[in-house]
Amino acid sequence: MKTIANLTKGEKGIIEGFHESSLSVKFLEMGCIPGSEVEMCCVAPLGSPICIKVCGYHLALRKEEANQITLMEVECPVIHAIK
Amino acid sequence: MSGYSRNKVALIGNPNSGKSTIFNLLTGLNQKTGNFAGVTVERKAGLCKLPSGKELEILDLPGTYSIYPKSFDEKIVFDILSNPLSEDYPDLVIVVADSSNLKRNLLLFTQLYDLGLPIILVLNMIDVAEKANIFIDSDSFQNLLSNLTIVKMNARKEVGVSELIQKLDAFERNQIIHSPIFSIKKELNGLISEVKHLFNIENDYLALLICHNYKQLHNLSDESKVKIDQILKIFVFDSLKELTHETINRYEKINKIVDKSVKSGEAEKMHKFTVIADKFLTHPVFGYLFLLVSLLLIFQAIFNWAAYPMDAIDWTVSQVNNTIRSQLGTSLWVGLLTDGLISGLGGVIMFIPQITFLFLFISLLEETGYMARVMFLMDQIMKWFGLNGKSIVPLFSSAACAIPAIMSARNINNRKERLLTIFVTPLISCSARIPVYTIIIALCIPSTRIFGLFNIQGLAMMALYAIGFIMALISSLIIKSLIKTEEKSFFILEMPDFKPPKFKNIALSVIEKVKSFVWGAGKIIISISIILWFLSNFSLPGKMEIAEQKVKSKYQTNTDISNELAATRLEASFAGSFGKFIEPAIQPLGFDWKIGIALLTSFAAREVFVGTISTIYSIGDAEDTDTLKQKLANQKDLLTGKPFFNLARGMSILLFYAFALQCMSTLATVANETKSWPFALAQFTYLLLLAYLSSLAVYAILS
Repeated sequence: MKTIANLTKGEKGIIEGFHESSLSVKFLEMGCIPGSEVEMCCVAPLGSPICIKVCGYHLALRKEEANQITLMEVECPVIHAIK
Repeated sequence: MSGYSRNKVALIGNPNSGKSTIFNLLTGLNQKTGNFAGVTVERKAGLCKLPSGKELEILDLPGTYSIYPKSFDEKIVFDILSNPLSEDYPDLVIVVADSSNLKRNLLLFTQLYDLGLPIILVLNMIDVAEKANIFIDSDSFQNLLSNLTIVKMNARKEVGVSELIQKLDAFERNQIIHSPIFSIKKELNGLISEVKHLFNIENDYLALLICHNYKQLHNLSDESKVKIDQILKIFVFDSLKELTHETINRYEKINKIVDKSVKSGEAEKMHKFTVIADKFLTHPVFGYLFLLVSLLLIFQAIFNWAAYPMDAIDWTVSQVNNTIRSQLGTSLWVGLLTDGLISGLGGVIMFIPQITFLFLFISLLEETGYMARVMFLMDQIMKWFGLNGKSIVPLFSSAACAIPAIMSARNINNRKERLLTIFVTPLISCSARIPVYTIIIALCIPSTRIFGLFNIQGLAMMALYAIGFIMALISSLIIKSLIKTEEKSFFILEMPDFKPPKFKNIALSVIEKVKSFVWGAGKIIISISIILWFLSNFSLPGKMEIAEQKVKSKYQTNTDISNELAATRLEASFAGSFGKFIEPAIQPLGFDWKIGIALLTSFAAREVFVGTISTIYSIGDAEDTDTLKQKLANQKDLLTGKPFFNLARGMSILLFYAFALQCMSTLATVANETKSWPFALAQFTYLLLLAYLSSLAVYAILS
């Protein structure tokens, strides 16, 4: 399943949900809401952490955490409504 | 406002929302920092005087994204707001929200609103939002919710402060009831009323929060925890599922509010400068280069620039002492005043320039938003050792001095990573070790060149710095497994936009650190300084006089015997007895009782080692290292007749000083910063053991 960690620099995706993880509430409060758009901005020189743009701001997270956030396979325009 | 009690106001908001700037605007210099009862989280409170003459007590709560407690800091916020009996429970809450990122910032607001707390919502950074074409109609916002006061602010430019103060002045403590933003599912109604009944509380949302977090609440008895446990089982309460449902539902409500009250246009341009700057600052080459230059600049400031005011302080202290001695003579009490008290006081003031310089830079890094980039660059490396990306600042700074460095670990939010950083920081060689290294290297290591290029003495100096750094990382790996914590280690960090620093925030931060050092660690340093003075100037009754008589009778009356006398007095003192007492323990390291005395006295500061050694070998005040070196080189080992300070002994001393926590000021600062003497003493013991075993090994191998 595609996750945020799979995005390449500049690529966008739509958040689908989270892997079974105690961090899901943390992701939600940081604005990573299912249905919202994310964009990969940059990767730290050593491959982790990464920096994404979500909910109108920049958020840095480690690669293993980014791997917990799953993305929708096909971009679905209707979803933008809850962004 | 009722009676004499001051109303309590809590400032709450997301990190980077400008909460601290508003705190500084409201309280100015009337701030007090301490710790929340029983924990090591910093508690910042201050007084705000209102135009009507009323005073408010403002409490700056740690920044948090929601009320669900995950980190140590966030637990404090939840503990206070869930317990109306807490002494910090607020009468009014100022929620600070970043207007340019309204949706995420409003999540916390909706939770506090549902708790039924009276709220003033500050829409801060309104200028940033408007630049990004986000226009908030605060009137229609206010009309959507009852009992809500909104103030638009640009705290950096002090816009909106008078309006906020006016609203604070008009505040009346009333019972308020309004319908919540998030409505709890009907299926949970039974559960909520049971919990409300059990704890005798009114608020539905508070009851729900207790269901989620009862295990972490300090003020609940084990008995009530068992009861909740049973009730939750009956209702099949799935905490994670409910939290997810609640958060998504809140965002839906927030979207409705924002749709009705915010007009936004093209919003893509807002991060332009930040995006360009980040390309450079997180670049694999330039990013680390810039970081290195910043760290070198900080090092330069505390190592070189701070030396001028420090010399001035040193000079002043000796002038004051000389004046006192010339006026009052050299009685015992004058000795206590000059060598004990005033020198101790000087030793405390001495650190102020370094602390000032370091925190000037650190608050600059924090204020501009660069610190988040430091963490971004360093996280992967520091994570291996259980440290935090921010640990690089304390570790680097401690090459100048461990005291400000340990204080700078305050900026690390994760408790475990902060304690670990404090624990290993003293292993980095500080500037006070240089005099010890210099004299011992000059004595024991030959000044030959290898490959005709590198002087071995210089290489030895470099090796000592390297070994300190390596040992810090190794120790961190070892101790990592020993510090227990419930906190999960994760790295989910907002990268704030770059912004110009606000001078007032920096100044207040520096003042606050200096105050906390002088009043916290200062007291301990002066006490230990007086104890050390006592130990090296007193002996068991009569012992010192007898020893002095012996020396005097040996020489004719007109020879200068002051150096000889000083050595004899020190030998006869308690410090001398201590040196002889521990001699059997330190003999395996190659140390004799004379070095034993120096180990004790240099606890005041490592460089005192040199002074004590020159006193005990009757050298007197050696003005330059060469004289001292010559005289020490002539000392013979009584058993072998060869020079006493040989390679094995030298290496043993060097390693001991590289590792041991031979510094009372560091010990005092650790105790003050962690609010835990057991922690400070555990660190002291660990480093002492490390030093002892390393010296033991190197002496055994080389001799």
